[in-house]
Amino acid sequence: MTRTREWLYAWLLLLPAATLLALFTHYPAIANLWHSFLSTPKANRPAKFIGLDNYRALVDDPVFWQALTNNLWYALGTIPLSIALALLMALWVNQRLPGRGFLRLAYFTPTVLPMIAVANIWLFFYTPGYGLFDQIAGALGFGHHNWLGSQSTALPALMIVTIWKEAGFFMIFYLAALQSMSPHLAEAAAIEGASRRYFFWRVTFPLLMPTTLFVLVNAVINAFRLVDHIVVMTRGGPDNATALLLYYIFEIGFRFWDSSYAAALTMVLLVLLGAVALFQFFFLERRTHYQ
Amino acid sequence: MKVFAKAGAWFLGVVLAVVAGLASAQTPVEVPFFYPVAVGGPITKIIDGLAADFEKENPGIKLKPIYSGSYQESIAKALTAVKSGDPPVTSILLSTDMFTLIDEDAIVPFDEVIKTSDDRKWLASFYPAFMENSQTGGKTWGIPFQRSTVVLFYNKDAFKEAGLDPGKPPATWTQMREYAQKLTKRDASGNVTQWGVQIPSSGFPYWLFQGLVIENGTNLMNQAGTQVYYDKPEVVGALQYWLDLVNKYKVHPPGIVEWGTTPKDFFERKVAMMWTTTGNLTNVKNNAKFDFGVAMLPAEKRRGSPTGGGNFYIFKKSTPAQREAAFKFIKWMTTPERAAQWGIDTGYVAVRADAWDTPAMKKYVEGFPAAAVARDQLPFAKAELSTHDNQRVTKALNDGLQAALTGTKSAAQAMKDAQREADRLLRSYK
Amino acid sequence: MNGYAVRPLSRSLETFGAWVLGIVWVLPLVYAFWTAFHPPAYSTDFSLTAPLTVANFVKAWQAAPFARYFVNTVILVTMVLAAQLVLVTLAAYAFARFRFPGRDVAFALVLVQLMVMPDVLIVENYRTMTELGIKDTILSIGLPYMASAFGIFLLRQTFKTVPRELDEAARVEGCSPLQTLWKVYVPLAKPTYIAYALVSISYHWNNFLWPLIITNSVESRPVTVGLQVFSATDQGIDWSIICAATLMTTGPLLVAFLLFQRQFVQSFIRAGIR
Repeated sequence: MTRTREWLYAWLLLLPAATLLALFTHYPAIANLWHSFLSTPKANRPAKFIGLDNYRALVDDPVFWQALTNNLWYALGTIPLSIALALLMALWVNQRLPGRGFLRLAYFTPTVLPMIAVANIWLFFYTPGYGLFDQIAGALGFGHHNWLGSQSTALPALMIVTIWKEAGFFMIFYLAALQSMSPHLAEAAAIEGASRRYFFWRVTFPLLMPTTLFVLVNAVINAFRLVDHIVVMTRGGPDNATALLLYYIFEIGFRFWDSSYAAALTMVLLVLLGAVALFQFFFLERRTHYQ
Repeated sequence: MKVFAKAGAWFLGVVLAVVAGLASAQTPVEVPFFYPVAVGGPITKIIDGLAADFEKENPGIKLKPIYSGSYQESIAKALTAVKSGDPPVTSILLSTDMFTLIDEDAIVPFDEVIKTSDDRKWLASFYPAFMENSQTGGKTWGIPFQRSTVVLFYNKDAFKEAGLDPGKPPATWTQMREYAQKLTKRDASGNVTQWGVQIPSSGFPYWLFQGLVIENGTNLMNQAGTQVYYDKPEVVGALQYWLDLVNKYKVHPPGIVEWGTTPKDFFERKVAMMWTTTGNLTNVKNNAKFDFGVAMLPAEKRRGSPTGGGNFYIFKKSTPAQREAAFKFIKWMTTPERAAQWGIDTGYVAVRADAWDTPAMKKYVEGFPAAAVARDQLPFAKAELSTHDNQRVTKALNDGLQAALTGTKSAAQAMKDAQREADRLLRSYK
Repeated sequence: MNGYAVRPLSRSLETFGAWVLGIVWVLPLVYAFWTAFHPPAYSTDFSLTAPLTVANFVKAWQAAPFARYFVNTVILVTMVLAAQLVLVTLAAYAFARFRFPGRDVAFALVLVQLMVMPDVLIVENYRTMTELGIKDTILSIGLPYMASAFGIFLLRQTFKTVPRELDEAARVEGCSPLQTLWKVYVPLAKPTYIAYALVSISYHWNNFLWPLIITNSVESRPVTVGLQVFSATDQGIDWSIICAATLMTTGPLLVAFLLFQRQFVQSFIRAGIR
């Protein structure tokens, strides 16, 4: 094949995917920037250029700041825990534990159930008085607690749902990685007299680094992407204590129909995600060898 | 050439006119109709049946009912349909969507189709409380159809246990508080096993709060939808009463009380009195395993409750024939007999006084007197909170209420902040 | 860590921990089963004498057009997956085995989607769908996800592990690049395809926010949105019906995962997703 033909061939192969990517990823990202400089069109007032007004409004918007901080706490709370649990689960079901088959299934069920459905079930778990948690707490002699109805516990309560939902999914990746590791490593280490803990931290964990990186990136994305349970369980309340960025964008864009302000908010989210991407690229990528 | 072109155009014009004339003579007027399904039960079947009956009586009209989901989704669907130039001819949407629809230039006032004195008499037959949310600027924009109010449900068994007269629900704020104190039960370690009263505060706390506000002698907004009164002393006082139930007297569950679980809380005897919509009547009737009562909300300075629920609207982008047809349908749907039947089938409040005099309704009320409580409360009811930029202005209040109920702000502070936010939002509408 | 003789104490501690976690994890599903098969009064009361019933399923089935929602979801998931497999294969092949100007830039542009997923571009994509005039269709739910950066990335890695010799042998036999792709690369990447399909299916079966925004009629709504519309009524939550509806709509997926979970893990291992 001549060089130009090869070029052409390659680009033709890329064309379908590239078109869709351009239309639904690159174009909207750029159009979003443009729209964030316009006002929201109303019946008798067409959109006009208002420069940075939407961003000024954003800086003055306490709900935005709260959604942003909530989201950062949410990320901080859910990412490490769901990854740690996923790793723990994978280590467990990789051994010959009694009931391993059941455990694998149990850990994996949240992945199959739609968040929107289980959110209603979790709503019951958290219901004060006769909800599952309060029934258990009551049987143990503790008092009732309004988990979703208090400012201090509403966000953590949602974080638990997220961790529950994510850990099993991430476990699959760790399990796959563990299973493809050579058992001779462990045998050799055992003969050398290395402790189990030592072996995990010095051998297993470093070898799992690429998986951890992969899972980490997914967890970060999900921390900004997954808001289904908020729609069902709290609608951002009480007093915005559980408003996350994407939920707020959804509310502004599709409940208040202020598409320009929603565009400005989306830009913040894009910048955040971009920063994560750069961090991953320049920092983590150098410290782990991706295969 | 020019002559030919002219002749051609003329010919084409004639053909088009003839075709159009034939079309209008033969094909019936199409009336697409958005209908939200906000309550459980076989609502879609009832609506389909009604539409078929109407078409039988009016062969020139073809109704197209489209089930558009919840109220939230329906307004979203209607607004985007307006923007893309393909709105329905008529739709049932929340009465509080009126200002939003006016601001989007989406609807026409009914004054354009109301011509005869019969029509005017029909318009005057609706309860004034429902019309408050349907009229602004001297025009009528919506026709009440499936409307509700807030009422108090109470557990008669619990009343007896607490030594209260099950035939006498609380009539005043003080009574409600005192009853609630008697109804609140605690176990040995001090944990509450049954709360006295609860007012849900998730999602749309403003609606139930508005009951307290009206009872305290004021309302939250002006009728033009350009001004709210969140920081009026009476409003702050109403919130303080609610907070006192929670914090001072400890007869109301702390934190945010979920709207969705409130009926279940009542069935589970976790609460003896609950505030909720009249739309829950059938639900409670079917699921409460104890004798229950329904009462008007208690009075402070006066009795009161906000109205709620949906109105008919007619959309602007429609032909005169379509508007006529839609109007005919709306009048047909709101005759006393149908208003009565609709109330019986769904639990909504029949929207006009003469509906309650129909034989079907009389029989229903006789067998189930609780159904009439909402009617008796209507003379005291007032318009639900609705302003320009409605969703945001309402959110400001919701956030303030939730902040106060979760203890992060005092009543006065919460309402002051909400007022400031609402003033900012409403600035451009004055 | 198979080589270790673990002390019995820590072994039983770990077993205990694993089981506690497993039970907690499966609890929502157990609750869904309990509530769906018992009368509403027992949705909060777990007495073992509660009578069994299927009335909740009947009620849920009658209350909302779940059959239609279900068909919609199946169409959506199939359509998205089919389109993804084709587009992703072609693009990954180009990136793995062709040298052309702009390749690295193009690949970087693809990777952008790993972070800037369609889920956050809801406002603009809604606008685009309106302009294309396909709002409220099943196509509009799936379209933004069809070119998947994750899939391209994954498959490119797999294709790169295919020995060059196999590729060249096929070419010598007179295969065109597309034929080589079909005969050499695709069969070798089967585990990757299975693993990817698993992720894609569970993602789109459960996706909610974007379908909620872009659809508003029974004809296009997937089960997730149908469930939400159905559970959010004025009268509050009826868990028995919601649980019955949940089981009805996720049942097939649940059963499929139950039956094939071993194969799924195997394909993950062989696909090298780790």
